[in-house]
Amino acid sequence: MEQATLRFVIQLGIIGLTFFMLINASALLVLAERKIMGFMQQRYGPYLVGPHGLLQPLADILKLLFKEELRPKGADKWLFTLAPIVSVTAAFAAFAAVPWGAETTFFGLLDTPVKLGVADVNVAVLVVFAITSMGVYGIVLAGWSSNSKYSLLGGLRSSAQMISYELAYATALASVIMLAGSLSLRSVVDAQAGYWFGFIPRWYLFLQPIGFIIYVIAGVAETNRAPFDFPEAEQELVAGYNTEYSSVRFALFPQAEYINMTTMSAVATDLYLGGWHGPLLERWGLGWVWFLMKVGLILFAYIWVRWTVPRYRYDQLMQFGWKWLFPASVLNLIATAGFILYFDA
Amino acid sequence: MPDTVLFYVFSAVAVGASLLVIGQRNPMYSIMLLIASFGALSALYIQLDAPFVAMAQIIVYAGAIMVLFLFVVMLLNAPHEDAAQWDRAHPLRHPGVTRFGALLATLLTVQLVWALLRMSDAGAAVGARGDVSELTSVRSLGRVLFTDYMFAFEATSVLILVAMVGAVVLAARQEQR
Repeated sequence: MEQATLRFVIQLGIIGLTFFMLINASALLVLAERKIMGFMQQRYGPYLVGPHGLLQPLADILKLLFKEELRPKGADKWLFTLAPIVSVTAAFAAFAAVPWGAETTFFGLLDTPVKLGVADVNVAVLVVFAITSMGVYGIVLAGWSSNSKYSLLGGLRSSAQMISYELAYATALASVIMLAGSLSLRSVVDAQAGYWFGFIPRWYLFLQPIGFIIYVIAGVAETNRAPFDFPEAEQELVAGYNTEYSSVRFALFPQAEYINMTTMSAVATDLYLGGWHGPLLERWGLGWVWFLMKVGLILFAYIWVRWTVPRYRYDQLMQFGWKWLFPASVLNLIATAGFILYFDA
Repeated sequence: MPDTVLFYVFSAVAVGASLLVIGQRNPMYSIMLLIASFGALSALYIQLDAPFVAMAQIIVYAGAIMVLFLFVVMLLNAPHEDAAQWDRAHPLRHPGVTRFGALLATLLTVQLVWALLRMSDAGAAVGARGDVSELTSVRSLGRVLFTDYMFAFEATSVLILVAMVGAVVLAARQEQR
């Protein structure tokens, strides 16, 4: 086959694979969440569908597909339909700028190497940030258009929470960008290749421990996960913004949440954990396995936190965001800038 | 060729959405349309080889400011804007404020047309400069902001600070009552 055609086909394949993996990530995460929760609560979790309950997500999806779709009478027809679509589109689109593997020629199949990832954007960090911040509209619109008090409160909380935590999140990102000197995620990852003293990997995690902690905390708040899951908050708001949703429209919200989690973990891996760099596997062209393992580790931590830490109070969340997390991230930024100036001069 | 087509598509979306923003009675719809308009604008920025500005546009306007707008609209929960009682009256009988607004709008249109007519020959010079790589554009943007436009930049930040302090003072005074 001609090189150009081959290249096109492979590029399409990579895009399709990324999409497929994201869809499956949400299904797998639902299963993982229920299994890990079961383990933590000393019970089995889903067990009956397939071997060890492995096919449970499939059963869940089928069940949701065949449920009746309801729309409250007072709901805003257009926005009610639009909300889940916005949520899930933003979730999928954000991953487009995330690279997940080194350049490869597929064992000499191609003349010039192709980059593993949907698109190599030179302002990738900003693209991911911009698109994930669009996701909040899905939740807010769902809350407003349902014409229900619980939903409205959920939507309101979501918008306030997102605004508060985006600042700390962005400031943590800025510190890493300054260190790497680039807005491209791929060059941030490549700046982390190699080792200090021959054995410590040159990950930004070790240069930016505080930044990493801030990023992860803000990330949990951005994806509305427990202990920051105020837009849902079952005990207070029934189910928050998605109270009035059913069937597929409902299914899209958790799916968006799980994909957002995946994106957040993937970006954390690229920014702090050296992406696909790691011993051995990288040499055989299997760097993406490292990437998957690191992402999986962060995702496990996400689930772990959800089932072990109780939910905060709403005012505590705001206090924590504005009075602790944001100042800490600003100090971290200033310290990083000073560090760079001192060592470059 | 595809660039030109895309340009017209995004421009049409931007202009159309902006027009519809004014046409809506429901503030919620206005906000959503305004976001669509911002999105189209940032696409136009990307076409101009300014990805940083495009992303800043989305992050700052669509991502932060419009969320605040939405927040306020939801808090007030005003589903419909009431039609003014003078809506049906003769244009000349409208109150002074609306007539002043109409005057300003007319002036703005005249100005825009004038500017656009002048722009037609200035466009070529901009296009000839060629594209700049991403990092240099961010770097040079930063450099320009902190040297040539230092005063404007700092003055703006002070202005924003003043607005913030003002808001805090107003909120605190209400709490004391």
